[in-house]
Amino acid sequence: MIVAERKPFEEIKAMLDGYSRILVLGCGTCVSVCMAGGEKEAQILATQLRMFYAKEGKDVQVEDDTIQRQCDREYYEVLKDKIDKYDIILSMACGAGVQLASELYENKVVVPGLNTTFIGIAQGAGVWDERCRACAQCVLGETGGICPITICPKGLLNGPCGGTNNGKCEVDNNKDCAWTLIYRRLEKQGRLDNIRKIHAARNYKVCTTPSRRVHTAYEKEE
Amino acid sequence: MAKSKFHEALQSKKFVITAEIGPPKGIDIDEMKHHIDLLKDKVDGLNVTDNQSSVMRIGSLPVCKLIKEAGGEPILQMTCRDKNRLALQSELLGAYVLGIRNVLCLTGDYITVGDHIEAKPVFDLDSVLLLKAVSELEQGKDFAGNELKGAPSFCKGAIVTPEANPLEPQLIKFEKKIEAGAEFIQTQAIYDLDRFKKFMDYAKKFNVKIMAGIVLLVSAGMAKYMNANVPGIFVPQQLIDEMASAKKGEGIKKGIEIAGRMIRTLKEEAICDGVHIMAIGREGVVPDILKAAGL
Repeated sequence: MIVAERKPFEEIKAMLDGYSRILVLGCGTCVSVCMAGGEKEAQILATQLRMFYAKEGKDVQVEDDTIQRQCDREYYEVLKDKIDKYDIILSMACGAGVQLASELYENKVVVPGLNTTFIGIAQGAGVWDERCRACAQCVLGETGGICPITICPKGLLNGPCGGTNNGKCEVDNNKDCAWTLIYRRLEKQGRLDNIRKIHAARNYKVCTTPSRRVHTAYEKEE
Repeated sequence: MAKSKFHEALQSKKFVITAEIGPPKGIDIDEMKHHIDLLKDKVDGLNVTDNQSSVMRIGSLPVCKLIKEAGGEPILQMTCRDKNRLALQSELLGAYVLGIRNVLCLTGDYITVGDHIEAKPVFDLDSVLLLKAVSELEQGKDFAGNELKGAPSFCKGAIVTPEANPLEPQLIKFEKKIEAGAEFIQTQAIYDLDRFKKFMDYAKKFNVKIMAGIVLLVSAGMAKYMNANVPGIFVPQQLIDEMASAKKGEGIKKGIEIAGRMIRTLKEEAICDGVHIMAIGREGVVPDILKAAGL
């Protein structure tokens, strides 16, 4: 899932400065699971903002709401009758959600409440680790299910660099060296031949942004 | 036919010696020029580092050109950290027309170990793919398969870390580097000759020249620091004790003695094909190391 973290309160305050009708809009999917921008976090932030404006003696109206998925048009339907009440929307979604909200409410200001960080996995309570860079050319079949593009900071495809140190990474010695992990797993599986041949360079053409994917069942006939 | 003076030395079966020039950060090159003049006739090649340790400095190529003009034999170090495949190939072609004929292909340290920690890390290619790119240029084709108007030819090198832990993944990569065209290998610093001999028992099976990396020790503290902090470096306790035994202010002298002794053993016992001396900021003492080695 997509993992994000809330922006610092100071930064959020600065973006909202000068507006008087604020909607803090939570997202009920990925960012809800990673406790950054779900219903609860939207409520907490809205309360925090109300307290701040009250203390400052400012007449600012702050409300919160949460829709199931900010990256999908149909979920915005529930906001139809009340969206005009606000002059700014603080979206607590990932960057994709913020952009769709912005596109749908062109006449309003939409600002992000989160920094979107990575695609990752839950690693126990309150901890998430990055696992995928969405590179559009998955090599996990060759590398024992360990992604060298993500786990190696250099994204090396042909083995470890000289900075690998007792199974740890030169960039951060608290982190594992991707290529030590890959080697160990393939060794255990008797599949080391997978990494003995020179791996071709990555093809960056296939991940030129912005990407679009159309499901074959929905392709329009020429 | 030899591709360069350095390549000729490698082919001659003599014990080959290279040293390293680290370009300065800034345009004051007096000290560097002094080091070039001091070393150029005493070694078979001078590596020029490429933004070493991810610290921005004068580039490797212009300094290689200065070495060439001074009558020395430059080895262009190229890392994949700061340049994509277009920039790397373009620089290789440029190097060739400037008379630079030796290239050492490296992945490069990560950005955050250096002095521009917010920069974008490139790593479009890796050391193996960079070697492959050089080999393809030599075949008259660029990395995308397009024809070149005139093909260059380089003596191609790479590095290996014989003390890496675990070693096996490192060796798989070493073999890929040879397959991609590496003709010579300069190793990370080695200090334990018995362990290095074991590595050489393996490495000798390949058609590649191996030059042992020699990093000058200047104190027992430096040795301990490297053991704790520098990946792939192992200084045995015996050498740490020997460094500690040096009189105050004579650490460098002891380090020179140790480096000289190691080089002499490597040469006399024909353990490897040569040495690559990295004096890291103390290039001025390289002639003393060579003298201590009886060279």
